[in-house]
Amino acid sequence: MQCAESLRVQAYFDREVDAVSATEIERHTQHCSECRALLEDIGSTRTTLRRKIPYVAAPPALRAQILRALDLESAADQGAQTVTPVATAPVAPKPRPAARPVHAPRWGGRAFWTGAFSGMGGAALAAALAFFLVVPVVMNPLPDDLVSAHVRSLMPDHLIDVVSTDKHTVKPWFAGHTDVSPVVADFEAQGYKLIGGRADYIDHYRSAVVVYQHGSHFINVFTWGGAERRLPANTTRSGYHMAFWQEGDIQYCAVSDTSWDEMLGLVRLMREQA
Amino acid sequence: MDDKRARFEEQVLPHLDAAYRFARWLCYTPGDADDVVQDAVLRAFRGFDALRGSDAKSWLLTIVRNCHLTAAKQQQRRAFVPLPEENDEVDGHAMIATTPDPESDSILADQKQALERLMASLPEEHRTVLMLREIEEMDYAQIAAVTHVPIGTVMSRLARSRAALKAKWLQEMEGEPRAVR
Repeated sequence: MQCAESLRVQAYFDREVDAVSATEIERHTQHCSECRALLEDIGSTRTTLRRKIPYVAAPPALRAQILRALDLESAADQGAQTVTPVATAPVAPKPRPAARPVHAPRWGGRAFWTGAFSGMGGAALAAALAFFLVVPVVMNPLPDDLVSAHVRSLMPDHLIDVVSTDKHTVKPWFAGHTDVSPVVADFEAQGYKLIGGRADYIDHYRSAVVVYQHGSHFINVFTWGGAERRLPANTTRSGYHMAFWQEGDIQYCAVSDTSWDEMLGLVRLMREQA
Repeated sequence: MDDKRARFEEQVLPHLDAAYRFARWLCYTPGDADDVVQDAVLRAFRGFDALRGSDAKSWLLTIVRNCHLTAAKQQQRRAFVPLPEENDEVDGHAMIATTPDPESDSILADQKQALERLMASLPEEHRTVLMLREIEEMDYAQIAAVTHVPIGTVMSRLARSRAALKAKWLQEMEGEPRAVR
């Protein structure tokens, strides 16, 4: 026998309900042991999936092949100046010969949010659109990417993939999970405790992230290789400080809401270690 | 680089990895996934004007799914994910991380493989919804758009797939008491 509220409880878990419903559901779960168990179950299923299903990236060869195909496609676009997308198709290389009736989905008219919780879906969509409209267009997306990654890492279960205070555990772990092998050292004596590492994905690079704790603050040190990028100057976005530096062909960025002095203290220690 | 191309690279290509992961769960072999993703990106580029500022990730994944369905129909091939096998580790595309993990022992590796096998054993529409929610972290409206079903259906599929996976996982773990961590 399943509680009639179970779908709403699930929607609450997935952050798909408004504040009023959330309060109602929280009140409900205080009385309903079944729904409490449900919350626990779907929480543990999520944790298991996110820990154990690898977050694969598109193979570099495929990415390169797609970029080449896009080059040809763009060239065809510019040469022909055709209006209908279909008309450009014969010029471009196609992986398979037959013209297939797949169309880009049309948006707007399609009422994909019909059904239960229609108001909720609409609100979510409106919020998503508002988000896109508000986000300022910036020239270099890197600082914003890094801040997003930092904030994301602070959500439950996102901070650390390999939990260890031992650099001999963290460093080899990166070898298997990222493209770079950054400086990993524990500076606990100086107040920066190494608490683990994480693989992240920043602006097309697989990034190795070393996580330090300083007092109650976390400092994510992102690193990535292939350093053809010009690093931005140190900056502050949304209240998070970002310090950039480079050692050889590895680029680093420390992100935290701790003070500048404390951040730069860690940066100095890491640079001495390099 | 012309303007359309630049906008496309900025808005759509960041979701290439998500598109690839999605295709890997939909397609039978990694080669098929490559074809489907390439096909989908080119179609997305041709139809880029239709995007008009809406959510690029669910838009691209919708096209991936359409391409997959068309390809699957053409090949008269049942759409399911292969059970991970030994040789998956050789092709470099395996969904399973193949590199050694200092923390890992064979138990952890076994668990990962078991979980993928269990995911693969779910009906495709359940697996898709679960994967879009938990791995790609999409919201209900986005999942509804990608899978072409109403939000209510997304919710019920999500509930069923979570319950099914949990039950299968528990069964798996009980079968191997050694593996419980």
